[in-house]
Amino acid sequence: MKYTLSVLVENHPGVLSKVSGLFSRRAFNIDSLAVGITEDPGISRMTIVADGDEYVIEQLEKQLNKVIPVIKVRTYTEGDYISRELSLIKVNSPTNKRLDIMKIAELMEARIVDVSVNTMTLQFADTVERFETLCDLLKPYGIREIVRTGTVAIEKDSVVSRK
Amino acid sequence: MISGAEIMVKCLQQENVSVVFGYPGAVICPFFDYLYKTDIKAVLVRQEQNAAHSASGYARALSTVGVCVATSGPGALNMITGIATAYMDSIPLVCITGQVRSDVLGRDVFQEADITGACESFVKHSYLVKDTAELPRIFKEAFHIASTGRPGPVLIDVPVDVQTAEIEEFVYPDKVNIIGYKPSVKGHPMQIKRALEMIAESKRPVICAGGGVLSSGAKPRLREFSEKTGIPVVSTMMGIGVMPSDDPLYVGMLGSHGKKAANVTVHNADLVILCGARVGDRAVASPDQVVEHANVIHIDIDPAEIGKNMKTTVPIVGDMKNVLSQMLKDVDYTTPGEWKQQIESWKAEFAKEPESFEGFVEPKSFIARLSKLVHTKAIMVADVGQNQIWCANNYRIKDGRFFTSGGMGTMGYSVPAAVGAKLARPSRDVVAVCGDGSFQMALPELATIAVEKLNVKIIVMRNTVLGMVHELQDKHYGSRYAVTELEAVPDFVKLAQSYGIDAAFASSNEEAEMYTKQMLRSDKPFVLVCNVHPNTSSI
Repeated sequence: MKYTLSVLVENHPGVLSKVSGLFSRRAFNIDSLAVGITEDPGISRMTIVADGDEYVIEQLEKQLNKVIPVIKVRTYTEGDYISRELSLIKVNSPTNKRLDIMKIAELMEARIVDVSVNTMTLQFADTVERFETLCDLLKPYGIREIVRTGTVAIEKDSVVSRK
Repeated sequence: MISGAEIMVKCLQQENVSVVFGYPGAVICPFFDYLYKTDIKAVLVRQEQNAAHSASGYARALSTVGVCVATSGPGALNMITGIATAYMDSIPLVCITGQVRSDVLGRDVFQEADITGACESFVKHSYLVKDTAELPRIFKEAFHIASTGRPGPVLIDVPVDVQTAEIEEFVYPDKVNIIGYKPSVKGHPMQIKRALEMIAESKRPVICAGGGVLSSGAKPRLREFSEKTGIPVVSTMMGIGVMPSDDPLYVGMLGSHGKKAANVTVHNADLVILCGARVGDRAVASPDQVVEHANVIHIDIDPAEIGKNMKTTVPIVGDMKNVLSQMLKDVDYTTPGEWKQQIESWKAEFAKEPESFEGFVEPKSFIARLSKLVHTKAIMVADVGQNQIWCANNYRIKDGRFFTSGGMGTMGYSVPAAVGAKLARPSRDVVAVCGDGSFQMALPELATIAVEKLNVKIIVMRNTVLGMVHELQDKHYGSRYAVTELEAVPDFVKLAQSYGIDAAFASSNEEAEMYTKQMLRSDKPFVLVCNVHPNTSSI
């Protein structure tokens, strides 16, 4: 099962390697790890998507808590958070296919950020599931390159919110 | 103006450090140069790994933070095994390494190694210092982190230019504030209540005590708790010494190399109270079997240890001393007599007479005898291999200590650790027991002992093989002794004498005892070589 963890860390050099080193040492599998500064410039947030059972996630939480610059660890529970991922997708777009791809982009709410004679680059910020849908739609045209940031997540305050 | 090197030394003085163990090199020279001008004693070990082991022996003997120092590159790398050994046994160390100039860091210059990177998975925390002004805060934090919560080694890597740069003045902070590091030391009252209820319901309880009991200074409380309730105690290897071996409530060390009575007790218990023990595989090979018939109360300062290896019914996070005090206040329980009698009969049933060989010292009975000859507060340091098992199971500890590399099982630990222990506790008997394999890994430290005139006693169990693996080969590899025969074992007596250290060779228990008495009477170091038959079993 996939779990999303939010880890607040002190914004010091070397912290990322202390956290990422833990995964290999304790044999944890992670799908993605995204880091960025928070509203407090002294603190960064890491959003980690990990694969494992309850035992693994409990251990992961506890081991992360032992890393000195780690301030707080939270595992989000299904439905309590909004998660998004930013991706850039470069897709083949010969002149005769350009309109088709633009239609898909419009339908999926992706932005076209670069166009060349043979390719188009789409910027897409949404959930992992919707990213996969977009990829399925674009695959027939030939995807050249995908760049993904990894998931970031935030806790929901309202109950009514688009997931 | 004050230099980084001077600040480093001043920080050590602020932390009341009186001894450091180290080995110099170009980029740690500014530090040693300033240290030289102070009354902090710098002990020159003969290999950096031993600096960490000696600091570990020192830290354990005094319940303080041990300090070891090495230069960059190979010096720091040599120290890694010692650091990892301390990490596995939760020993508080501050390890200081010199580093190449910060402006050439990362360019693979002479004697450059990324030591903070290399040590990441076996230090509690590490620092690569980039600014001289940060040294006081970093040292303050390092000593705090090493010694509080679950103790462990902290590494400070200091580039040489950070040591030579000067700042206006030295101010040592009186407080630390690390937002992500606030270990909980008091047990949660609700959990303690639940634990006491669970104890009240149990018919066959047992306490399993580990190294955490000793490192938190909870030994007297544990004994009080056991005596008040009559709950019998087994210990892990790291927990040896929590109770005197002859205490009727003490069953022995558990585990694959432990006492059968201790294992049978745990496997028949309906409640296991884990106290500062991490349920390592060598202590409990099949934790799943234990939890099938027993509830588990796990008390530990490190929340990550609870539930890691054994399913826990009641977890209690806190310092062992506090938690036991909290429990002692309200506990009202008496262990059923049948259970205690049952354990007594197991103790008698599984007691084994060791098999002796003509012309050789029988190590198990000799170790048992040795425990009667040393002072009651003696510090016994066992190495790794068969000698460790002989000592763990047969040394009858009283009020002293038992040190060994329990978690990492690092050969060559005993001699340098004994050096540290003796410097920490000069008035106590300090005895290192090692094999001829492990002794040869620590040989250069004879020079340290000779130079420092340390009254350390070394007993070498000379069986000319790497006994533990040899035994394994007998059982599982058709007695094919692949690379376990030492063959050219040097004459350890002559070797010791060449360092100016007295030595003797014993080929029977009578001789061994005679020399032991002689050795303990002397106020000089001594190496006693015991001729042991290679087929002597571990258990």
